[in-house]
Amino acid sequence: MSLRAYVITRILMTIPMILILLTLVFLVMRVLPGNPVIAIVGMKASPQYIKKLEHQLGLDKPLWQQYLDYLGNLLRGDLGRSMIWGKRPVIQEIMDHFPATLELTIGGFLVSVLLGLATGMLAGIRSGGKVDASMRIYSIVVYSLFIPLLGMMLQLVFGVWFHMLPVGGRIDPGLEPPTITGLYVLDSIISLKMDSLINSLAHLALPSFTLGLVLSGIYTRLVRSSLMEVLGQDFIRACKARGLPGRAILFKHALKNALIPILTMMGLQFALLLAGAVLTETTFSWPGMGTFLVERITYRDFTTIQGSIVFYALFVALVSLVVDLVYAYVDPRIRY
Amino acid sequence: MRTFNFSRFLSSVRDAGLDGYMMLVGLVIVLAVLVMAVFAEFIAPYDPVKTVGMPVTPPSPEFPWGTDTIGRDVFSRVVYGSRTIMIVILMSTALSMVVGIPLGLISGYVGGPLDRVLSLVMDSIYAFPGLILAIAVAAMLGPGIYNTSISLAVVYIPTYFRMVRGQVLSLREQLFVEAARALGATDWRILRKYIFPNVFFIIAVVFSLNVADAILTEAGLSFLGLSVPAPTPDWGFDLKNGQRYFLSGKWWPVVFPGTMIILLALGFGLLGEGLNRMLGQKEVR
Repeated sequence: MSLRAYVITRILMTIPMILILLTLVFLVMRVLPGNPVIAIVGMKASPQYIKKLEHQLGLDKPLWQQYLDYLGNLLRGDLGRSMIWGKRPVIQEIMDHFPATLELTIGGFLVSVLLGLATGMLAGIRSGGKVDASMRIYSIVVYSLFIPLLGMMLQLVFGVWFHMLPVGGRIDPGLEPPTITGLYVLDSIISLKMDSLINSLAHLALPSFTLGLVLSGIYTRLVRSSLMEVLGQDFIRACKARGLPGRAILFKHALKNALIPILTMMGLQFALLLAGAVLTETTFSWPGMGTFLVERITYRDFTTIQGSIVFYALFVALVSLVVDLVYAYVDPRIRY
Repeated sequence: MRTFNFSRFLSSVRDAGLDGYMMLVGLVIVLAVLVMAVFAEFIAPYDPVKTVGMPVTPPSPEFPWGTDTIGRDVFSRVVYGSRTIMIVILMSTALSMVVGIPLGLISGYVGGPLDRVLSLVMDSIYAFPGLILAIAVAAMLGPGIYNTSISLAVVYIPTYFRMVRGQVLSLREQLFVEAARALGATDWRILRKYIFPNVFFIIAVVFSLNVADAILTEAGLSFLGLSVPAPTPDWGFDLKNGQRYFLSGKWWPVVFPGTMIILLALGFGLLGEGLNRMLGQKEVR
C-alpha cells in the first residue's frame, strides 16, 4: 500500500476517534448525575431562574436533540459563549490561553527528550551494569515526582535563594513582543527583540524543566530498550567487523534506527505533557489553558469548561494523527 | 496451598537482585502508609481538623512537623491524609477493575465487531490526557470521596481493559485452551478456569504501576481543589494551602505532604517494577 493510501486511511480513522471523544465529553457534561445548571447557580437559585438558564443553554430539549445541536455547533466551529465577564466566544478565550500552553508543552517536550536521550543512551550502551541500574531507578523516581512540589522546590532554589530565574508568569509586563504566533519566544525572535527573548526564556526555564524532568523517565526506558535491540542486530555487528569506532557506530548507525520506534510513543506522551502542563501552569501561575480551565471551574462557567475539554480532545486527536503520519514518512515499513 | 515462608521469600528477593530489592523497598513504603492509614487515630497526636496552635509555627517538640496556615498540626493531617488517599485510590481502582477487566475478557475472547467498537472507545479514552478527563468529571460531579473515586476510575478503566484484552488475545490461541474447547468446555468455563488465572498475575503488576499513576492524579486533582471538600485532610490540597507561604521560607506545610505523595507513588512504582521483572523471570524459567 502506498504512502498516500496510508495517509488517507489514517485521516479517516481519526474521525471515529474524534466522534467518540466528543461523545464522551457530552456524556460527562450532560448525562452525569448532577444538573449543570444547579452546578452553575447553586441549590438556592429560584426555579424560574433555573428554568431560564436551562432554556438559554438548550438543556430543556430532549437529550438526542441536545447531542445533535452540540455536534452541529462544533462542526461550525462554534463553542458557544462564556457565561461570565463579557460573555466572549469561548473559542476566543481559548485562543488567548492556548499559545502559552503550547509554548510550555514544547519546552517541556524538548527537556524531556534531551534528558531521556542522555539517560537512555547511558543505560543502553552498557546494559546490565551499574549505570544501567541507576538509570532504571532514575526513570522510576522522576516519574513519581509530584509536579507542584518539584516546581515549588525549584522556585525556592533558583528564584528565592539564587535570584537567578523568575518564579512565575510568562514575561515581565511591558516586554511582551508583538503578537504574531502567540508564542513569546518565537515572536521575540521574529520581531528581533533581544530583551523580550531573554526574559521569556528565563520565565520558561523552570516550568519547562519541571515538566520535562518528570516525563523524561519514560523516554529513558524507551531509548534504552530500543537502543539495546538495535545494538544486537546484524548490521551493527557488520559495522564492528568493518572496524568502525564505537562512537561512530552509536551516533551514525544505531541511534538513528533506535529513535524510530520512539516516535510512535510521542502521541501518547503528548497527552501526558498536556496533563502535566495543567499542574505546572497552576504552580508557576503560567497563563495557559490549564490555569484558565481551573479558574473557570471555580466560577462554574459551564460553556467554557465544555469548550476547553472539547478543544483538548480535538488537539490530542490532531497531534496523534500528525505523529503517525510523520512516523509513516520516516519508516517506510509502516503501511496498512 | 503452601504456607508463607518468610526466609524463603527473603532469599527469592535476594536472588532477583535489583528487582527484588526494588520490590522490597516498595512493599515497605506501601505497607508503612497502609499502617498509617489504618491506625491514624493512634498515631496522630492531634485532631487533624482542629486548630491547635498558632498558624505556621515551625517544627518543634510540641508540633513535630509544625502547624499549617490556620494552626492545625501538619503531622496529624499527613497521617489522616494517608487514609483519604488510600480510600480514594482503593475505591477507584476497584471500580476500574470491575468495569475494565470483564470488558477486556469478553472483548478479547469474543472478538468481532464488539471487540472493534469497544477497543476503539477504550483507545480513544486512553489517548485523552488522564488528569484533564478526571478534572472534567470531578468538576461536574462536585467534591467528595465517592465522586473523586469515580473521576479517577473513569481514567483508568481503559488501562485494565487494554491489558486484559491483549493477554486474552494471545491466550485464546494457545494449545491448552484449544484442548479445553475440544473436551467440550463452555466458553464461560474456559474464561473462568483457563484464561482468567493466567491473566491474574499481570493484573497484579498493572495494578501496582497503575496505582502509582492514580496517586499522582488524585494528588493533582486535590491540588487543584477538585477532590474532597475543605476540612478533610488531603495531601494535595494541604500542599496547595501552604503554597502562598512557601517562598517566604515556611516550607513545612508544603514539604511534608508533598514528600508523602512522592513516596507513596514511588512505593507503588517500585513494587510494580520489581514484581513485573520477578514474575517475568518465572515465566522464562
